[in-house]
Amino acid sequence: MPRHDLQSSDITPESVYVDRRRFLAAAGLAGAGVLAAGTLARAAFAAGRPGQQKSLGTPYGLQPNDTPTPEEDVTSYNNFYEFGTGKDDPAANAQDFKTRPWTVKVEGMVAKPGDYQLEDFLKPSRMEDRIYRMRCVEAWSMVIPWRGIPLADVIKRAQPTSQAKFVEFTTLLDPKRMPGQRYPVLDWPYNEGLRLDEALHPLTLLATGVYGKDLPPQNGAPLRLVVPWKYGFKGIKSIVRIRLTDRMPRTSWALANPGEYGFYANVNPAVDHPRWSQATERRIGSFRRLQTLPFNGYADQVASLYSGMDLVRNY
Amino acid sequence: MPPLGGLAREPRGFATALLLLTPLPAVLYVAAMIGDLFYGSRFLGTDPVKAGEHALGEWSLRLLLATLAITPLRRITGWNWLAKHRRSLGLYAFAYVALHLLTWTLLDVQLLISEFVGWADVQKDLLKRPYITIGMLAFLLMLPLAITSTKAMIARLGKRWRVLHRLVYGIAVLGVVHFFMAVKKDIREPLVYAVVLALLLGWRVREARRSRLQRASAPTPA
Repeated sequence: MPRHDLQSSDITPESVYVDRRRFLAAAGLAGAGVLAAGTLARAAFAAGRPGQQKSLGTPYGLQPNDTPTPEEDVTSYNNFYEFGTGKDDPAANAQDFKTRPWTVKVEGMVAKPGDYQLEDFLKPSRMEDRIYRMRCVEAWSMVIPWRGIPLADVIKRAQPTSQAKFVEFTTLLDPKRMPGQRYPVLDWPYNEGLRLDEALHPLTLLATGVYGKDLPPQNGAPLRLVVPWKYGFKGIKSIVRIRLTDRMPRTSWALANPGEYGFYANVNPAVDHPRWSQATERRIGSFRRLQTLPFNGYADQVASLYSGMDLVRNY
Repeated sequence: MPPLGGLAREPRGFATALLLLTPLPAVLYVAAMIGDLFYGSRFLGTDPVKAGEHALGEWSLRLLLATLAITPLRRITGWNWLAKHRRSLGLYAFAYVALHLLTWTLLDVQLLISEFVGWADVQKDLLKRPYITIGMLAFLLMLPLAITSTKAMIARLGKRWRVLHRLVYGIAVLGVVHFFMAVKKDIREPLVYAVVLALLLGWRVREARRSRLQRASAPTPA
């Protein structure tokens, strides 16, 4: 098989695709049973029947009425300006985007920098299915079953030096393949960043999949960041570079409009966007507004990262 | 100059077509929003409220620009019969703005609908968010124009009617500015409206200057 035809599904063992509980149950059966469980799990995704959360992964920080947003919405309503600024542009314009081969560079203040083929980059880590809340800075939200690896794995493997304080992420720059980059809507390539402790937090995920499948291009294939307690624009897509640094990275939206978007971008109902309130949100797929929660419902896990910080100034 | 295309008179059925077609987008978008929100249809994609709200807003701008295009079009083509449709186009533009505002209030912000939203929130939006302030101002300025759009009012106001209805130029500018400020980053679409508006207003400035010049250069008795 030519290398560019490789799908991560060719490399990732089938077991990873199947929910752990299902897999354990199936493991007792013959090999055919494992395959059957895989088929079953996939059928459950496709059917979208109630109670499907169980087969989609482990819920993190979900509220009582949170249910996964339909896959059709998750994969057709996207902010990914590299493929156009409309919500449906990415799904329309990214279909031919080839994500193999894909190289990820890890560099900067690390003992072990390197250029990795995506497959090698992912191989040492265990894939996990996690259902997170997602809150966009535009005051809409979703609940998304991601698949990915903890970012901490990757960073620890690279061995940050003692000077490293921040992690900077960069999206692919290729206007031929990413038509949105032909217009200076943002200062391309897209850049994002986290403080090192945020990057090492166990909730921070490098996602390669959604709804039990490889990420479709419009969702940031083949590798994207997911930081569930921050606004969605922190979730940089199609990552090609991860750089450890001692300076706060200059992030794309904060550069484009510093009065409206900050480096931290923690979900905070008490700090309004200059043009709209952040106190409530519209959940995609349902009509009534919900209250926005501090740190998007993950305060118990992450609020301590910001103790003593003025979150109004550091928006 | 003879009228272009031999359209010295209004083509038959034009008035009826205008009457039926102009409200059509509003009817379709409102029906689609209600269907998508409460009856499981999927006409407007993932976020029917935003899609409908934005579409109604853009249609109101289109109709407003169409209203402003009538006079230049009439002068250039000689289709003078267009004049009598200017008022109804303006009224339609007002109706679209009203629906846009209603969608924003009830379906988007959810005032009176959501237990988490109160008058205080709307007040804050109106006073602290310039693009909303400007949009609301444009709507409020349209109210007197809509109220005085009847024949009786035209007769009653006489010359003052024309003066009052010059407000429409300011309203159009506010509408386009509102659109500019509402988009996050990609200003290409509002730019199109701004260019069209600039052309329509620029034409008027040129005409005014020309007629002043003509008056100035008219022969005066020795």
